Amino acid sequence: MKSKEKRFNFICGSILTAIVVIPSIISLFYTPYSPEMMDASSKLAGVSMQHLLGCDNFGRDVFSRIMVGSRMTLLIACGTVFIGVFLGTILGAAAGYFGGLLDEFLMRINDAVFAFPSILLALVFISLFGSGKYQVMIALGIAFIPSYARIVRGEFIKYRNMDYIQSARLAGAGNFRIMFVHILPNAFPVLLSSIMIGFNNAVLAEASMSFLGIGVQPPDASLGRMLSEAQTYIFSAPTFALFPGIAIIMMVLGFSLLGEAWKR
Amino acid sequence: MDNIILSVKNLNVTFAEQTGSVFSKRKEHSVLKDVSFSVKEGEILGLLGESGCGKSTLAKTILGLNKQYSGEILTSVTYPQMVFQDPYGSLNPSRTIRFHLMEPLKMRTNMSRAEMEERSVEMIQKVGLTPEFLDRYPAELSGGQRQRICIAQALMVQPQILIADEPVSALDVTIQAQILELLSSLHKEMGLTILFISHDLRVVYQICDRVMVMKSGQIVESGPVDEVYFSPKEEYTKQLLSSAGI
Repeated sequence: MKSKEKRFNFICGSILTAIVVIPSIISLFYTPYSPEMMDASSKLAGVSMQHLLGCDNFGRDVFSRIMVGSRMTLLIACGTVFIGVFLGTILGAAAGYFGGLLDEFLMRINDAVFAFPSILLALVFISLFGSGKYQVMIALGIAFIPSYARIVRGEFIKYRNMDYIQSARLAGAGNFRIMFVHILPNAFPVLLSSIMIGFNNAVLAEASMSFLGIGVQPPDASLGRMLSEAQTYIFSAPTFALFPGIAIIMMVLGFSLLGEAWKR
Repeated sequence: MDNIILSVKNLNVTFAEQTGSVFSKRKEHSVLKDVSFSVKEGEILGLLGESGCGKSTLAKTILGLNKQYSGEILTSVTYPQMVFQDPYGSLNPSRTIRFHLMEPLKMRTNMSRAEMEERSVEMIQKVGLTPEFLDRYPAELSGGQRQRICIAQALMVQPQILIADEPVSALDVTIQAQILELLSSLHKEMGLTILFISHDLRVVYQICDRVMVMKSGQIVESGPVDEVYFSPKEEYTKQLLSSAGI
């Protein structure tokens, strides 16, 4: 029963993820229209054969912009999660493995960063360094470090006194090797499912930052930006707001189902 | 034969127990008190004692895994190795057997990959398994097989002394006999010196040349196995023997 549920999660998750990810990869080579091409004659056009998902207030094709926008959102989410996991793993590993004062020190800083909402932290960062896609990536990445650091630390504390670690030490492995060659692979299953959850959070955080206008700057498209542009026309052209929203939902739902399926 | 390869003099180990907050006074807890003994080359020395009397602490201190001690540990051995009690905790679940066997060679020697491979195959056959085991993960092995791998891993760098910390107490009786058989054959073949830690008097009698009896961190009696078993001097040893029905 449990595995059946996992199978269902896996299949649904894969399909939803594929629907969003494949077009965003295709957009590297091909989009039905140029995502920046404005066509005054089809401003706020509804769904038609010419424009599958209609047009926005400048007459740009929404389908093409969703393709490019979800690519941007995915890119930022990947960068965010990468920064968070990479630095979080290093800090968490050091804190969990060495323990003592270093652990206390790192974890108190961690708690302090964790106490701020990630959007607020990113806002501070952006007001310091300006807005743009790389700034968003770094800002959210830093905000994501504490959660991974905590997970990795917990795993390292669990494994650091196992007999096989002592045996590795007798075999002559140094601290660094024990941390990343002997212990880290054991932490992967837990880390992997939290990466999927973190990915969702990153997608949502990027979308909300772009929605607030502090994320991706025009003319770059991102799903959050499209939503914020669409809010003025929500009654006159509901499809314009609807489809980017659906794309975000599908992305988040797909990844969380996949994460659920990969969980041990 | 009378070459002493390990001697321990006046070894004391105390652990500081943290009770309460970081600032409260630490409680000292003495685990080993004034332990002295020496190990001759090529013998199997037994260390008997009840659970919690400090046997494993002694082993870890000798190996350098526990750095808080006072006293002297003199040894001419370069890389003493250890076989742990619990075969289910002493192999890394996310690494193959090949990784386990090659790790000591990677760290201690600069052999080529082919040489390491060759040595691993050789060693795995020596402990009575086949080379197919190299590609397996610990979860696919039984307790006895795991313990054989642990012994193989410990012997990869050809240590002069092997500390076996209750290597058979987690195994069932038939497997116990096989592992003991393996240890004594390796002892004969390679001239391996073994410090055999156990709480099982029968096992110690079966395999050891000399035996030491430990009680709450102190060695109360030591001597050749026959002497200690048949004419024990200390009250504690007598108690131990009679409770085991010998």
